[in-house]
Amino acid sequence: MCAHSAARIAVIRFLDVHKSYRVDGRDIPALQPFNLDIMDGEVFGIIGHSGAGKSTLLRLINLLERPSGGRILIGDTEMTALPEPALRAQRRRIGMIFQHFNLLASQTVADNVAFPLRLAGERDTAKIRARVAELLERVGLTEHAAKYPAQLSGGQKQRVGIARALANRPQILLCDEATSALDPQTTAQVLDLLAAINRELKLTIVLITHEMDVVRRICDRVAVLDAGRIVERGTVADVFLHPQHATTRRFVNEALPEEAASVQAPLAQVAGRVLRLTFRGATTLSPVLSRVMRESGVDFNLLAGRIDRIKELPYGQLILALEGANADAALAALREAGIEIEELPR
Amino acid sequence: MNPLHTLSPNIDDWGELGRACLDTLLMLGGALALTVAIGLPLGVLLYLTGRGQLRAMPKLYGVASLVVNVLRSVPFIILMIVLMPVTYVLVGTKLGVRGAIPPLVIGAAPFFARLVETALREVQQGVIEAAQAMGASTWQIVRHVLLPEARAGIAAGITVTAIALVGYTAMGGAIGSGGLGDLAYRYGYLSYKSDYMVVTVVLLVLLVLLVQLLQMLGDRIVARYKRQ
Repeated sequence: MCAHSAARIAVIRFLDVHKSYRVDGRDIPALQPFNLDIMDGEVFGIIGHSGAGKSTLLRLINLLERPSGGRILIGDTEMTALPEPALRAQRRRIGMIFQHFNLLASQTVADNVAFPLRLAGERDTAKIRARVAELLERVGLTEHAAKYPAQLSGGQKQRVGIARALANRPQILLCDEATSALDPQTTAQVLDLLAAINRELKLTIVLITHEMDVVRRICDRVAVLDAGRIVERGTVADVFLHPQHATTRRFVNEALPEEAASVQAPLAQVAGRVLRLTFRGATTLSPVLSRVMRESGVDFNLLAGRIDRIKELPYGQLILALEGANADAALAALREAGIEIEELPR
Repeated sequence: MNPLHTLSPNIDDWGELGRACLDTLLMLGGALALTVAIGLPLGVLLYLTGRGQLRAMPKLYGVASLVVNVLRSVPFIILMIVLMPVTYVLVGTKLGVRGAIPPLVIGAAPFFARLVETALREVQQGVIEAAQAMGASTWQIVRHVLLPEARAGIAAGITVTAIALVGYTAMGGAIGSGGLGDLAYRYGYLSYKSDYMVVTVVLLVLLVLLVQLLQMLGDRIVARYKRQ
């Protein structure tokens, strides 16, 4: 949860990296030059609309896409300087899962999970069998070992994908829109599994998505990508609760559609100052608001609000109109209690 | 009195017919085995060197593709005659089963290679990307991803090629390669013994049915693997 603490070390470093594609003799930029550090053990989200460059950014990590310039480091290894065989060896230590699962249709679940082990040169069938059993148990698919992918549901296929990605005990897991093809309930289960893996195996996870909800549920930090540029980055709580860039706001509003709609309507009719109050962590659960309002004698009119969680952090956001002479004192008292306040334009 | 003789008064040597049948089977079997042995790697090469593929080499692909298209579009009966000197160098004769096999293979392998290329292109790009992400080499991708994933398409390609080869072997009869085509041409057409024609056509249809039976068995096996 405190993934941004200074003690953590960066496992993935992008140094001045940029990427453009050559189309019909012209260079079309996909990613503008950027620097980015992804820390050991965190879940890092990259959010953007399709075409923003997030898929390219993710593939730069295992060099499925080569950068047009700059350096990419995994730990101390400069990926961009590796010859082909050494690069292949590095890739075995980076797991990857996909939107459309990309399983081998001609192989059973067990053989799909064993595939990366065999690719890595493991010949000992007893060892392979034991590792596959362990992985299938971890993702809850033990009884489906002998089935073929076509016989599984989407969620089960993604679990096979996760088991396969973990087979060679990677230190990094890349998730390419891993839940975009799944229904909401299955999405939640897969995200829970990813969160558990991150927690228990201390695995660094980098995921790309176009859904703010995915970021809110499991990410520690997030970068917002817009037209090949990282326009905003930070802890998920900061970015989600106080979005700065227009693109970020759109994503947040997509995640909170009822709030976005409900604030607009009554704004014209209410009197007083319209404020957005943000509660994080413990303050969400204590009756700060009612105490301050009672003591200062200020009236408030509640326009919209929600209480939810960002990963494990509870938060609340309320939009209200304040009326009364003591409004400033009340706001000061609220700030004192750790509540973040923004005045909304009318 | 032999009842077969009443039905087909002109056929007095059934043994000859049996040997012709065996010759056709030998030509078919030998040519098919070599066609697969040469066409499969050629198909993989075409696939790998194609635009945007794992080992894209536009120039090599262009040349290979041109050769394949030329060999594929020359009518087989002409290809056979043109190739006679090559056939002589390769197997020491232009006649018989041995003389028939080189032109059969040279005619069918490019055709089969195209079918293999098409079957490989049906393999999802994402599965190949997944294998790359796991650190697979190109050879490992060919061996463990492309060929197994495309095996239904490749099996269908072998059947189509086998049936085309039945047709080619019959044409070979016109220039002395023996087999059922040779009998049908010499006796049935040149000597007006139409019962020969009927019997060889029946035998060739049986041969094609045999090939299709093999395909059905192959499909069953593939279906058992995949259970889609």
